[in-house]
Order: sequence, then structure tokens, then C-alpha cells
Amino acid sequence: MSEVVNVQLISALSKAETAAIEAEIAHLPNRESAAISALRIVQERRGWISDESLHAIAHLLGMSAHALDSIATFYNLIYRRPVGRHVLMLCDSVSCYVMGYAGIREALIEKLGIHEGETTADGRFTYLPNVCLGACDRAPVLMIDEDLIGNVAPEGLDEVLARYE
Amino acid sequence: MASIIVDGKTYDATDGQNLLHACLSAGLDLPYFCWHPAMGSVGACRQCAIVQYQDENDTRGRLTMACMTPVSDGLRISIDASNAVEFRKAVIEWLMLNHPHDCPVCEEGGECHLQDMTVMSGHTFRRYAGNKRTFNNQYLGPFINHEMNRCITCFRCVRFYQDYAGGEDLQAFGSRSRMYFGRATDGVLESEFAGNLVEVCPTGVFTDKPFSASYTRKWDLQSAPSICASCGVGCNILPAERYGRLQRVHNRYHGELNGYFLCDRGRFGADFVNSDERFRQAGEKTDDGSFIALDNEGAITRFAAALDAGDLIGIGSPRASVEANFALRTLVGPDRFCNGMSTAEAQLVDHALGMLRNGPAPAPTLKDVEQADAVLILGEDISNTAPRAALAVRQAARNESLNMAPPAGIPTWQDAGVRGHAQDARSPVFSATPLQTRIDDLATRTLHVPPERIAQLGFHIAAALNPDYPAGAQLNEDHTTFVRDAAAALGAAQRPLIISGTGAANTSVLEAAANVAWALCNTGKAASLMLNVPEANSFGAAMFGTQPSLDDALDMLERGVARTVVILENDLFRRVDRARLESALRQSNTVIALDSLQNETVDHADLVLPAATFAECEGTYVNYETRAQRFYQVFLPKGDVKPAWRWISDAARSAGRTDLAWDHIDDLIADCARVDAFSGLRAAGTQAGFRGSANIRIARQPHRYSGRTAMDAAVSVHEPMAPSDEESPFAYSMEGANQTAPAALMSYTWSPGWNSNQAVMKYQQEIGGHLRGGDPGVRLIERGTTLPDMMRFSPPTADTPTREGLQPLAVFEVFGSDELSSEAAAVQQRIPDAYVILNPEDAATLGVEVGAGVRDPAGSARFAVRIDPDVQPGYVYYGSGLPGGWTNTPTAAVTLERDPEYQPPSPDHNLIMRG
Ligand code: SF4
Ligand code: SF4
Ligand code: FES
Repeated sequence: MSEVVNVQLISALSKAETAAIEAEIAHLPNRESAAISALRIVQERRGWISDESLHAIAHLLGMSAHALDSIATFYNLIYRRPVGRHVLMLCDSVSCYVMGYAGIREALIEKLGIHEGETTADGRFTYLPNVCLGACDRAPVLMIDEDLIGNVAPEGLDEVLARYE
Repeated sequence: MASIIVDGKTYDATDGQNLLHACLSAGLDLPYFCWHPAMGSVGACRQCAIVQYQDENDTRGRLTMACMTPVSDGLRISIDASNAVEFRKAVIEWLMLNHPHDCPVCEEGGECHLQDMTVMSGHTFRRYAGNKRTFNNQYLGPFINHEMNRCITCFRCVRFYQDYAGGEDLQAFGSRSRMYFGRATDGVLESEFAGNLVEVCPTGVFTDKPFSASYTRKWDLQSAPSICASCGVGCNILPAERYGRLQRVHNRYHGELNGYFLCDRGRFGADFVNSDERFRQAGEKTDDGSFIALDNEGAITRFAAALDAGDLIGIGSPRASVEANFALRTLVGPDRFCNGMSTAEAQLVDHALGMLRNGPAPAPTLKDVEQADAVLILGEDISNTAPRAALAVRQAARNESLNMAPPAGIPTWQDAGVRGHAQDARSPVFSATPLQTRIDDLATRTLHVPPERIAQLGFHIAAALNPDYPAGAQLNEDHTTFVRDAAAALGAAQRPLIISGTGAANTSVLEAAANVAWALCNTGKAASLMLNVPEANSFGAAMFGTQPSLDDALDMLERGVARTVVILENDLFRRVDRARLESALRQSNTVIALDSLQNETVDHADLVLPAATFAECEGTYVNYETRAQRFYQVFLPKGDVKPAWRWISDAARSAGRTDLAWDHIDDLIADCARVDAFSGLRAAGTQAGFRGSANIRIARQPHRYSGRTAMDAAVSVHEPMAPSDEESPFAYSMEGANQTAPAALMSYTWSPGWNSNQAVMKYQQEIGGHLRGGDPGVRLIERGTTLPDMMRFSPPTADTPTREGLQPLAVFEVFGSDELSSEAAAVQQRIPDAYVILNPEDAATLGVEVGAGVRDPAGSARFAVRIDPDVQPGYVYYGSGLPGGWTNTPTAAVTLERDPEYQPPSPDHNLIMRG
């Protein structure tokens, strides 16, 4: 019945994105089950999930945007705000804490000029806290994009950051 | 039955129930948050910890969550063990870490479950000194406030909104200490059950927005048991007053009807009582057409003079109480009393009543609806006409999942387990309605077809169940499948339920529904038949008979057989053709209107008398199941407002009549009970003579009620006398026998230590069961007297004739189609503009598209155009009762034309598209 079909929302996903999501759906019991994969697929291409993307994905999966947002916001690696070219996550869990987390945090804040949850003005880095990177043996650790970097020291930070333009 | 030993004492408990339920049922106090009596356990909050022992030698035991532990015979537990006490204290301390402690400015304060549990758990001193996380709140529409900082993450809101009520736009976002409960973006909460969040949320996150605009603490509210006036379900409500204003409506538990929940039409619609359209003085029309005010005496004299003139006719109302209708009927005589429904509607309601009276299938309570294991809906969009019943059907659809749980070792109260195990499994619900409804999502199969086809489907289903029932005309293949599957599901069920009603405005639809129910009864099934009726007292008015009809009454006026007409709480412009009505009223010498709100009928009257609303007097409504339920005066109305029956009685006495000389409503009820159909009327409520313990009445005001002597100090410094009340068992006082009175008479919900509405458990025989002393009301028809011959109807033979123009069919809106609730300010923000829905072909013929407007050249009605292929060509569906559209139901085919002046409304975020 009076269904509001918003053509713009559908076209907010590219053909490639739609195809990749449909491919995931193909081996799942129902369309909604592809929610997380779909969010990941779109984020890989766009860096984050905008409201527009959220609505478009929800529409494609036949679920409400509210329900999809509930899933999206549960996962700390799904970004609902724009992030920089590189996302840096610093572990603040017990092992890293003991091994010098505080000093690294301080140095990071100083070097990047941003706090947790913020992005540098040049769009180069977003700095996020993380509760566990699963690498206590190399504490303190941080992760930039998909690279895990262990045994970090404040002095070595410049060299590490320089690798990411 | 099992016995459990709690802190050394033995208590009875229901085997297999959970321990929290058992402890609370035994009257013990144990704190909890996430468990809800209607929604079961999820074990999320950890507040209900107890110690469970292996046997009598075990002295250490182990901590466990009461709500997640099944009762077993001989089980030993402790609530008071120090580790349990310490654990609960620690839990509430975590839960309170981020809580803003803003009770003084919180609408929940004084009736807050979180306050109660904090005190009960002994967390009385705050140690946390850090920062608290804070949230932005959302705009959620005209009904609900949002204050997320107060959240304790119990998940009750989303469990109610999504799992229980089927809503999608309230969700849990984020994780850990940043859990957020709201919508993805600001906007109106779409569910018509959103108002229940006010009572479901244990703290002040979701609060009643209209109430908070004129806020009063619970302990300063005056209240009395009442019945919702906004549809035929008859939910029990607790309206509450302060400063002469109806401040809010809370749910009043009824074990067989509304349970713990109301719909938003009822909760927020009762505010019509405060409408600016109220008139509080009698008025007489002068020659220039304006009204001059009459005082009470003057009005009675004028009314009496009109009675003296003779040639009376009385038009009653399905929204007036049984008592008011009876008073009018007595005044004019049964032969000159019309029950006030349109002739067509009266016939439908009467027919439905006859089916319950004479047929073998009883009307189900809502508890019965919830327990049905197969449901067939024929023609009635209960999601818009009887919302609380639709919520009950939603629970019925869950029965399959409840059946699947025990074999898998999952107790039925273990909510997350039951849902996880069942996945999408549902009990069969088959629905055939003109349009999509808001419970289509739970149906096994739906069809959207016009009433004539719905009737055919029903007749075929009955015939498929029992070949003695006639099937009628052949169906197409798709519809035959529907019939076959529905019949198979109903035939396999233990407690099948058939739902229909007057909404489709079609006799055959009702008859088809009855045939299905009776065909099932004839095969030995305990089938029930829910026939929904349009208004709060439709059945009550119908029980006085349908003669003369409204058409007859207008005829009598036009022919001069009757010259004086008394119209009781009825806007006839909503029921009959305008030209006809205006002519009939013009012919009358005197038109007397008793009503509470200004309306067109009142405008056409020569004498208007201000009648009390349901909140301002006693009376009885008869609901869809023929349950007669008494409502009691909550507060004294301002001005000369009086119960309609009182105006009638006063005028009759003044005219020298002795047969209406009732001093109290109980006298009237005693007389009315002499009418056969109403022999049970006295039992519908409690007489004024009732006294509780210490021989006192029941207090309308809580024991902490404050400011009685000073409340009106801004107007007068003289201490007002407490009003006396001879009409009811209630007193305008804070002293009363409330704690020992039957629970049906609870005027507020309170128990020591339990200040929130959760205290209702103390009024129940068992948690979620009947009220102590029985649930309110009495069913006037318990079960039809099964006639010796098998009852059945025959399908209509004639095919629908071809006609000029479009066949109109009313469809209904939860907000807007009901007359009185549409006068509530908050509800008005949710009422859509008048609309028609057309088939694409007919829209093309008319040359209109979505967003265009059409008008009725025969009148002033204008509509927005919606287009839906579900509408059969040749029909026009229109939103019933919406402002700007047709006021009454067009009885013949209509023509529409494009409205060149139509301006599409600017998109309003308060309006939600149908379906
Ligand atoms: S908003 Fe209320 S009901 Fe919902 S989780 Fe928070 S405290 Fe519980
Ligand atoms: S409108 Fe009907 S369903 Fe809603 S609360 Fe009132 S009686 Fe109940
Ligand atoms: S009530 Fe038992 S864990 Fe919440």
C-alpha cells in the first residue's frame, strides 16, 4: 500500500556494492542476516556509514533503518561518523596500561593535536580508544588501519606515524 | 502446586514458574528491573539475586537470579542471606553510577520503580564521585518525553516496544555504558502502544508529555476506577485529576481484559475532558441564533416546559452510559426512544448482539484472545478500531513459540530463550481485510479484498470445516488456497478464534464470521467469536432495542408526529445525511441537546445542557464482550455540568413526573435492571452503600495528598469544604479503606515500599492473574443459548450491482476516527488530513495522482489522494471521521472530482503513513 519508495536511497549504493551485498545474502537464511556484512562492504568503500548509506542498506535488506542502526552502533569498528584516512586505535586495557599506555597516549595527543574520537584537521588520522587488540605479549600496542604495532614507545611514535600519509 | 522454603518459611508456589514470580506472588518483596509480569524474564539486570541451597544441610548456597530459576518442590532459598543482600546493593550501585539523581525535576519521582528498588536494596549513600556520561534526548512526538540520562539499561522498553507490541522504530543503540534507547533519528514513535513506555520503563526516561506540561506528583492526584470511552474494548483506566483538570490516564489492571497495557488513543485521548470545546452552562437559543446562558434552575424550567408540550422523541447514544440512555428512554417511553446509531449501524450492532445471544460461540475476553491457537480475522481492522485487541492477537501469534519451548527444556517465562528457539515460528493467523493493517506482519496469510469478497471467503471457510454450511459462489484459485489453509489451521486448533466486526459495514461479513465460529463449535471445538463494535457503549445502547431507528425518528419529526426531540450525547451530523437532518431539526419545535463538547448538533439545538463526561460522573458501558463495567466520578465538574441522567430526572420531576425521581444513580440502576437485558447491571459495579473496613468509604486521594485546603488559595483563601459524594463508594478524602477494599475498587495503585504502578501485584491473586476479589464488570451475555437447530446463515445470492460513481467504504484511523479522543490536544497532532484511497485505474480516470486532491461536488468534503492497488476498482476508501472529509458515512455511491485548489500539506513529522 502507500509505500514510499525512495529511488534516491536505492541509488545511494553503487552497483558493485549492491552486487557484493546480494552475494552475501545468497548464502544466508534471510536478507536481514546480511546486516553486518553489508555494513562492512559499504564501509570498506566509503570509510564510514552515513545516514544515507544506512537508509540505503536498510532498504536493500528489507529492514528498518532503526534496527540496522542498532546493529551498526553496537560494533565499535563500524563508523557512523566520518573518519580520517587512517584510523589509529590505542589499547587501554590492563596489560597495555601497565606497560606504559599513559605515556603513549600523552605523546599521541601532543603529536596529533587531537583527543579520542577526533580526527586531525588534515583528515590524516582518527584516534580511537580500544579495549583489547589481543596482543598483550607485545604491550603496549596500537593498531593503524590493519597493521598491529607492538612494543610502542613514545620516542618511536614519529617513525610509526610517518609511515601513514 | 509446589512448596518452596524462603528464609526458613514455607510458601505455596506454582511448579515450573520462576522464583521471582513465586516470591512476589507469595507477597514477599524482592527487587527486580528487567523482568516484567507480561514479558517474562531475561536475566539482564542482576537485581533479583537470591541464594539457592542444595538441601537442608547446605548452609552456604550459591547466588542465583530468582527470575531465571524455576520453582521446584521443596526448593530452599534465601532473600535475606547477607551475600544476596550485598550483591543486590552492589548491583543497584552500578546501575545508579550514571544516573543524574534528578528526582526533584523528574516526572517519575514519587512513583518510580528505580527509587523504590534503590531504597529496597539499601543503596542509600553515593560513593561514586566521577563524571557521568550524558546523552542528547530526542523528539519522540506529542505523547512521550525522552530523558536518556536516567536510563539504567534494563531493556524493558525495547522488549515491550519490539517484542511485545511489534514496533520497529525504538531500538537499543551502542554498547557498554553508552547504551542508548531511542530512534535512529528524532521523530514520532510510530507504535500506537508507545504510551505504555511511560509505565514500562522503571525510571523517568519515557514520560507522559501532556501530563508533564501540567505536572502533579502521584500523591497529589485524585482518582477513581474508570473505563476508557474511546472504543468498544472497554479497557480499565485510572484517570487522575488535580485543579479540576484531568491530568493523565494510567492503566488500571484487569486480569481478563487490558492486563497491563492500554493503547495511546485511550491514554492520551481522555484529555478531551479538558477541551476548550467544553461548555459548562446551559444555553437557550435566541431569535438571532445566538445562545444566552441559563442558570441551573432556569435550564430545568425550560427543559420541563418543553416536556410539558408533549410529542417527545428521544435519541440516545452509543457513547452515553447505559444509565443516561435508560433515563432518556424512561422519559420518552420505549416506543419513542431511538438508540442513536445510524439505521445501518444499529442493524449491524443488533445483528452482532443477536449472534452472541443466540449462538454457541462466546465472545472471548482479551485473555482468551491471547490464548487462541488459531485466529481468523474477517473484515475488521482491529489495529485501528480496537487497538488493545490487536495487541492481544499479537500475543496469540506467539503461542506456537510457547508450545515449542517446553519440549526443548525452555520454560515459557524465559523470554529470550523462547524467542531464540522459535525464531519466526508463529501460530496461524489468517486475515482478510479491505486494506493492509498493522498486524498483517504477524499473519500467516493476508488478503486485501472488499467486504463482499471477505464474506464469501468466510462462508467458504465455514463450509470447508463443516459441509452442512453453505459455501456460495465459486472463488478463484488464490482465494481457494486461502480458504483451504485457513480452514485447516482452524480445524487443527484447540481454541480457534474468529474476529470480525461492524467496521466493514457489511451484514454478510458478520454472518460469515458467525458461520465459521459455529461450524467449529458444531465439531466440538471451543471456538470464540469476537465481534467488534464502534463505540464504548454500542452494545449497551443496542440492548435497549433498535426500534424506532434513527431514520424512523427523523421521519417522525418530519411528519410532525414528534415535535420535541431530546438528543443525548450524540452528534447526529456524524450519523445521518446533513440535508435530511437539517430538515428534520427545522421541523421540530424544540431541539434539546445534552452533551459535553460543542458540536454541530449542539449548534442546531434550541436548548443545550452541559453533560458530565465519563470522568465526572458514574455510569456503565457495555463492551464488545457484553461486559458491563461501571466507571466512577473522578472529580467534580466545574460550572453547571451534571450527569445527563440527572438533567433528565430534574426536568421530569419539575414537570411533575414521579417515575424518574431517582435520588441516586443506584435508584436508577435498580430501575434499569428491570429491563431484561440489564438484569446484571447492579453487579457491573459497587453501590454507593459499600463501606470498607472501619465502616468507611474508599479514598480517591492517596494518604500523602497535600494542599487540599490551600489548592485554590490563588482564587479564594477560604478553606473549601470537601465535597460529599452520595453516588459512589468513594470519598473525596485521603482517608479510606483502600488497603482492604476489593481490588476492583482501587482508586490508585500503592503498597508499602511500592510507590510505582508495579504495586499492582499486591492487588492480584497471583502475579498476572485475576484481581483480588475478582476482575471488574459482569458479562451480560455469558454464552449464547445454543438453539436446538444448528445455527447458520446463508451466503448472499445477489452479486454486487453495477453502479454509477464510486462505492464508499470507511477505513479507520486509531487517531482521528473516534469522535471524543479526537478533541484531545495531543491526539490532534497525530490526526491525518482527510484522505481517499483509490485504485490506480480509478485515479487515472479521475486524472489524479498521489499528492493531488479531490472533492465531493455534492458537499464541502475535500480529500488528499492516496493510491493503492489493494483497493478494488469502483471503490473509494476514505479515512472515517477525519476533519474536512465526510462527516457521516455516505450511504450511496459517490462521485469525486479533481480539486484544483488542493494544497498538499507540508510534510508533518507527527504523521505516520498508514500501514
Ligand atoms: S529507557 Fe527505561 S526501560 Fe529502556 S532500558 Fe532504560 S531504564 Fe530500561
Ligand atoms: S481506545 Fe479501546 S483499546 Fe484503546 S485503551 Fe481505550 S478501550 Fe482500550
Ligand atoms: S529481574 Fe532478574 S535479572 Fe533482572
